[in-house]
Amino acid sequence: MANYYTDNSELKFHLNHPLMEKIVRLKERNFLFRKEFSFAPIDYEDAIDNYSLILEIVGEICGDIIAPNAESIDNEGPHISNGHVVYANGTKENIKALNQAGLMGMSLPYKYGGLNFAIVPYIMAADIVSRADAGFVNIWGLQDCAETINEFASEEQKERFLPRVSAGETMAMDLTEPDAGSDLQAVQLRATWDEDKKTWFLNGVKRFITNGDGEIALVLARSEPGTKDGRGLSMFIYDKHKGGVTVRRIEHKMGIIGSPTCELVFKDAPAELVGSRKMGLIKYVMALMNGARLGIAAQSVGIGEAAYREALNYAKERMQFGKSIINFPAIYEMLSVMKAKLDASRTLLYETARFVDIYKTYQHISEERQLEKNEREEMKQYQHLADIYTPLAKGMSSEFANQLAYDAVQIHGGSGFMKDYPVERIYRDARITSIYEGTTQLQVVAAIRGVTTGAYLNQIRVYEECEVSPQMEYLKRSLIILTDDYDRAVNKVTSAGDNEFIDFHARRLVEMAGHIIMGYLLLLDSNREELFLRSAKNYIAFARVQVKAHAEFIDASELNDLHTYKYDLQETVI
Amino acid sequence: MRAYKIIVLAKQVPDTRNVGKDAMKADGTVNRAVLPAIFNPEDLNALEQALRIKDQNKGTTVKILTMGPDRAADVIREGLFRGADDGILLTDRAFAGSDTLATSYAIAQALKKMDKIDLIIAGRQAIDGDTAQVGPQVAEKLELLQVTYVEEIKELKGDTIVLKRRLDHGVEIVKCQLPLVITVNGTAAECRARNAKLLMQYKHAKTFTELQKEGGNYTSMYKNRPDLSISEWTVNDIETDPAQLGLTGSPTKVKNIENVVLQAKDSKVISSADAEIENMMVELIKSHTIC
Repeated sequence: MANYYTDNSELKFHLNHPLMEKIVRLKERNFLFRKEFSFAPIDYEDAIDNYSLILEIVGEICGDIIAPNAESIDNEGPHISNGHVVYANGTKENIKALNQAGLMGMSLPYKYGGLNFAIVPYIMAADIVSRADAGFVNIWGLQDCAETINEFASEEQKERFLPRVSAGETMAMDLTEPDAGSDLQAVQLRATWDEDKKTWFLNGVKRFITNGDGEIALVLARSEPGTKDGRGLSMFIYDKHKGGVTVRRIEHKMGIIGSPTCELVFKDAPAELVGSRKMGLIKYVMALMNGARLGIAAQSVGIGEAAYREALNYAKERMQFGKSIINFPAIYEMLSVMKAKLDASRTLLYETARFVDIYKTYQHISEERQLEKNEREEMKQYQHLADIYTPLAKGMSSEFANQLAYDAVQIHGGSGFMKDYPVERIYRDARITSIYEGTTQLQVVAAIRGVTTGAYLNQIRVYEECEVSPQMEYLKRSLIILTDDYDRAVNKVTSAGDNEFIDFHARRLVEMAGHIIMGYLLLLDSNREELFLRSAKNYIAFARVQVKAHAEFIDASELNDLHTYKYDLQETVI
Repeated sequence: MRAYKIIVLAKQVPDTRNVGKDAMKADGTVNRAVLPAIFNPEDLNALEQALRIKDQNKGTTVKILTMGPDRAADVIREGLFRGADDGILLTDRAFAGSDTLATSYAIAQALKKMDKIDLIIAGRQAIDGDTAQVGPQVAEKLELLQVTYVEEIKELKGDTIVLKRRLDHGVEIVKCQLPLVITVNGTAAECRARNAKLLMQYKHAKTFTELQKEGGNYTSMYKNRPDLSISEWTVNDIETDPAQLGLTGSPTKVKNIENVVLQAKDSKVISSADAEIENMMVELIKSHTIC
């Protein structure tokens, strides 16, 4: 009878953000969709009510089915039979329940059988499902790939594939290969055009493919023989019903065990080109990855939620020295900082989702009609924000998810190390979040532009302009001081005029920006809802220490110091 | 494969599973105002069985029939959200105060007004009365076969159905012919969740009475959306004998109410021999359960 949406009032708060009215209005084309689709919402209140009621369905299925299945799925895992994946029994049950409830293809347009969900409520569903089972969310969340088809495939392709996603077929994105992980330019899988059959055929191997046996897959392959870099790669759709791909192996993983991570063998697998040749990596994968990164940020927040709740319950129930351990400062501080990090990563997640929502919706509208000048400008503005916020959200929230899982095990003491409590699984599941869809180090590479171009600082100044109640002014003053520290550190690092020096400090600088941004977002949340004040105070106190520490380090750092960190591979002893 | 016409009997009940201290009034009756009204849990199990038949047999229709006050239209909306095709709210002051006998009479008379029905599926019992009588009484009044305590529909081919019953002494597999009344146990499969798209489609479905009461912003919408109107039947829509309706038609009288804590589940098995049935009657009269 648990409901993972209604038992979490923070979610409803983020769903009702003031910017949502604009998002919904754009997404529903000023409520004109109603003319064509009778079930489309009538007005803003109607749409938000739909979101909320549908998230209640998600919450119910998560509480009643997905969360109770998580343990058995973790034990059983998927296996291969005749070159194809067989999911764990619990996984099959989860998929069936979500399908029956019509929760696939949530963000796809009505005309393809979707619910035309904005990104914010869709990401909220991912947040909720992740709390229930972080491994399962991968299989469900790969419906994200449909968005890439919706953006770049032909109308005819959309009409063939998208309704299948809405009807519940699962997806995969086949990018990684044994020698092409973070460096996707090295992708080798061959795509050859057969003039007689008028079809592309794929040959080669893909590795570490999540839900690799999904019904519809997006495949990155080399369509231009003789090329070596990203410019020779194109994007293809592979339809499992056509055959040609077998699963050779399912990886044995530390966590997210229910999510099958596959090694795939392509043998003359027929496929269709998406969009233009040679744009596979340069354009489409970038879009695909940005969507996926936001999904991992949601997964991280959901894991953090699960970790925090387990720790909180245990700390209340566990008696030592004659009292609940939550009464000890060492424990309650840990819990409150966990909660602050959780609320911080969640508010950053939804801020990012709103930016993505606005720019993506404008992008779709621009295919229907020419945008007005102010609309074009707004689209650009939000796209820039989405571009710098997505890696920030993914990087920060996945690191926090790991910290929360670590602390949750710690609070359980010896029991947390045993398989008797869910934290043991949560700890293992959390670990991947800061690795896949680009490691934290690669998120920093994507985010550092936001530092060097001053884009983060500009947005911080926008937050600074917002009014807060007098009792919170002192928190704002703290953030203004930290912003000065950040600004000084950025100037110090960039004025050295050396790219390696920037790379060396990049993570510190990105984190400083992240802490300040999350501090502001929590402050603004508190201004709307007092519930967040506790987390705002605790987070800003935590952020101050982090930002100051990084500022100190950078202040004392010189270009010449780098050699004390570097390795020389020629030297045998280090 | 063929298309079946299925009626699900459902009741709106106070949620007696989440009882607070105000749940009973001083006079010993249920304080309906403080208890949330819900879809009777075992009726949801019944609905799931109907929807499974619909999933597997194209063209099958599932209609909800409920009797109750205006707000019982919630039960029909809930059914629509989960996959029912439509519903009828049987509502009239003349039905007020009905016990199981008067309820089953009204429901049976409503069912007689409908086209040929293949299956009537009801929950075993409602959590507010726990009588388990309405389903069987409806079957008797319509002179239909009945199978009670059903946990699973094992097979349905043409007019032959195979059912698994969950009984105190074990399970029983029975085969019989349609048309048929089934009552479903809470041990049967849980009802599926609401469907997102159906929810969006039927969220604004209303009875005529509700529409008149609420007015609201969306009135123009109803003109073009016949799917949004929930049928209401009053006593005038069915053929009835007033003497068998409502309080007049209800021999059940509440003598007094006691708070009891159930210690164990106890049941007594009685065979169909006349002597045993007579003994039971004598015992019930002695304990003033019936008079």
